[in-house]
Amino acid sequence: MTSRVVRVSRSSLIGTGAIALIFVVLGFFPLYGSDRMQVTLVQVLSYLTLAIMWNLLAGYTGLVSVGQQGFIGIAAYALFCLAELNPVDPFLSIPIAALICAAISVPVALLVFRLRGGYFAIGTWVVAEVFRLLTLEINVLGAGNVQSLTTKNAFSGYGLELRKNLVFWSAWTLAVGATLTTIFVLRSRLGLALQAVRDNAEGARGLGIDITRVRLFIWVIVAGWTGATGALIHINSATVTNRDAFSVASWTALVVFIVIIGGVGSTIGPYLGVGVYWIITEQLKQQNTWRFIVLGALAAIIAVVSPKGIAGLLRRWKSFEIFPVTRRLEVGD
Amino acid sequence: MLVVDGMSAGYEDFRALFDVSMSVREGETVAMVGANGAGKSTFLRAVMGQVRLHSGTVHFDGRDISSLKAHERVKLGISLVPEGRRIFPSLTVRENLLIGSFAKRSGPWTVERVVTMFPMLERLLTRSAAKLSGGEQQAIAIGRALLSNPRLVLLDEVSLGLAPVVVKQLYSALPMISGQGATVIVVEQDIHQALAVSDRVYCLLEGRVSLSGEASTVSTSDITAAYFGAAI
Amino acid sequence: MSWLNALVQGVLLGGLYAIFATGLSLAFGVMRFVNLAHGDLAILAGYLVLSTASTMGVNHVVSLPLVVILMAGIGYVGQRFLFNRTIGPDPLAGILCSFGIGVVIQNFLLARYTATDRYLDAGPIETSTIRINDSVSIGHFSLLTFVSAIVLLGALQLFLSHTTIGRAFRATADDPSTAQLMGINDKRIYGFAMAIAFATVGIAGFFLGARETFAPASGPNQLLFGFEAVVIGGLGSLWGTLMGGIVLGVAQAFGNQLSVGWNLLAGHIVFLMVLAFRPNGLFGTGVRT
Repeated sequence: MTSRVVRVSRSSLIGTGAIALIFVVLGFFPLYGSDRMQVTLVQVLSYLTLAIMWNLLAGYTGLVSVGQQGFIGIAAYALFCLAELNPVDPFLSIPIAALICAAISVPVALLVFRLRGGYFAIGTWVVAEVFRLLTLEINVLGAGNVQSLTTKNAFSGYGLELRKNLVFWSAWTLAVGATLTTIFVLRSRLGLALQAVRDNAEGARGLGIDITRVRLFIWVIVAGWTGATGALIHINSATVTNRDAFSVASWTALVVFIVIIGGVGSTIGPYLGVGVYWIITEQLKQQNTWRFIVLGALAAIIAVVSPKGIAGLLRRWKSFEIFPVTRRLEVGD
Repeated sequence: MLVVDGMSAGYEDFRALFDVSMSVREGETVAMVGANGAGKSTFLRAVMGQVRLHSGTVHFDGRDISSLKAHERVKLGISLVPEGRRIFPSLTVRENLLIGSFAKRSGPWTVERVVTMFPMLERLLTRSAAKLSGGEQQAIAIGRALLSNPRLVLLDEVSLGLAPVVVKQLYSALPMISGQGATVIVVEQDIHQALAVSDRVYCLLEGRVSLSGEASTVSTSDITAAYFGAAI
Repeated sequence: MSWLNALVQGVLLGGLYAIFATGLSLAFGVMRFVNLAHGDLAILAGYLVLSTASTMGVNHVVSLPLVVILMAGIGYVGQRFLFNRTIGPDPLAGILCSFGIGVVIQNFLLARYTATDRYLDAGPIETSTIRINDSVSIGHFSLLTFVSAIVLLGALQLFLSHTTIGRAFRATADDPSTAQLMGINDKRIYGFAMAIAFATVGIAGFFLGARETFAPASGPNQLLFGFEAVVIGGLGSLWGTLMGGIVLGVAQAFGNQLSVGWNLLAGHIVFLMVLAFRPNGLFGTGVRT
């Protein structure tokens, strides 16, 4: 009797194929799509990236952070520093901001990893606040005044059309990259370790898994991606304000709601959640307050009543996989 | 007084009891023996209401209590001394005993009476319960259960992890409990200890009742076979 | 000089933070539940005082007890019907649910009351002071807040250690499953614990709103302060929480002395230092309350 571990199933092939197709079609959007839709898509893709990363952090690694806005803010000011105050290409600033955030996330981890659960969450919020308050003190960053990325400095050499399209493709690249990163991580031994820790932390430790290192690794990756997305978002808006860059509402609350609604800890969750976010945002038009109330209430209820979100409901109806990230033991003969 | 009929119970993925039926008359002391994992603790916890029944019923005093929650069953007069003592570390010894009377059932048991039964607790009353020996904690756990003035007392593996002389001391208090008219179910791995204190005995094997009989007449070979599942 | 005044003001401010921290601490101690909506609930209480006072035509002080009772009721119901479902080994559901509720409360308040700064009126006591010397003066209201904190903490401590229900709280916090064996309805205990926590939040919201202006977005900062007070103080004793609040208050006051507007940053940095060098807190006993 032989047995083997099956890593790819039929439904995951279909699922991955479908997602890949959607991304490929989207990739050519600037060539055929409307400007207004393109603007919306940049926003949606940004939130998708943030959601994928937060899901990896909280859903798969158990690090429920409500302080990711700290990295968005750091990236925003890094972008301003690099592209506006210095002659660094704004789009090159995206990976640089990512590296800066990844680097900063390490000492942050040393502090906040001393906390657990809900206290860990609040701790990350405190750290984000500290970064926000610190940037207020730095004069070269404008000490809290609204800063702009100008065509004279940051965007010199970029026509409006090119700029818009590069912004779109950057958002697209980040979303695709986040997707690939998730698949890669979950399929790797690291992913196996994450699963083990998720199931039984003590048992995993007994197997020799260094939980802290696993958590740190994911934490740094997510910080980097969040930073990259933060830089992109601010290239798009061309403005950096202290309150907005470090806003827990825009960059954490919405992201958290998206992931909860879609399904925390599932690979398809962020995609479903972003879909719901898109629909509700369109329906509520400019009513920001009501957007938060509806999404927040929905998320609070789902978190309690149906913790696996829409993904969980779909799975109950029909078991499926989107990405080939699970391992099944098949016992043959 | 207690009638269990066709009880099947278990945990999330794991069924521990299959179609268990047994009964206890008022005032009796019944022992339930079996190897590790036979389902003895699960049985007591199911009677107590801490484990959900998949099927079957539990009747207490003629009343179907199968759907009652544990704290409600305490109010009816059932009390469990849980496996592993489970005393409250944040409370002193006296507070641990007093918390047993939370359900406010009337009856003879008081802190003083428990101390009479277990004299070693006298000087420990104001101490934190966390740092005491296994035997002392077991005495507290028993006393605590008694303070709810139960009519049915469930003792789960009282001897586990304790030295024989301590176990003897604990079991020597049993007559004081049944002497009050309480019905007792004793779960024990130690067959001799179980037979010594009980009127009747049941044996569980892999979740099923493999033997039931009078403690005084059941033979060693019968019990061994029922315990291990085969004649040794 | 005014550093002494800053010290005094900081200590008194610590009383307010201690009241905030108490509710957070209680919920965590009994139910392992960290309520991320804690700050927003205090602000909600502030707005409730405003609304009930104007609806009933009484002043804010009179409507305080009503709001406290109302908050306690909301806490009990919220715990029994919503938060009780999140209790378990995985804190995820509770954190996410309370976070969502916090955001909903903030935005609901924004929609209902707009972002205009509000304040509560506790009467002339708000501005009367005791002059100690040229540079130090103690506001009556600050003193009242501090004294209230001590009274509240003392009452809670007495409740936990000397009453049957208090004992049931501690037993349930230790081991909810065994507490059931004592005849304790753990679900109901959680409800009572949350009711008390919400009541303290109501009180905290009143003192905050009377002391400074508040707006729908004021909640999160209070959550952070309450949390910092708990961590600085250390888990295990209510008095540790008071000391934690005092340390935080003094840190903020000294920060403000150094440079106006540095108060928040100073408080956060002191918190991070405690987290870095004494993660168990400065006064904790290491054992849960």
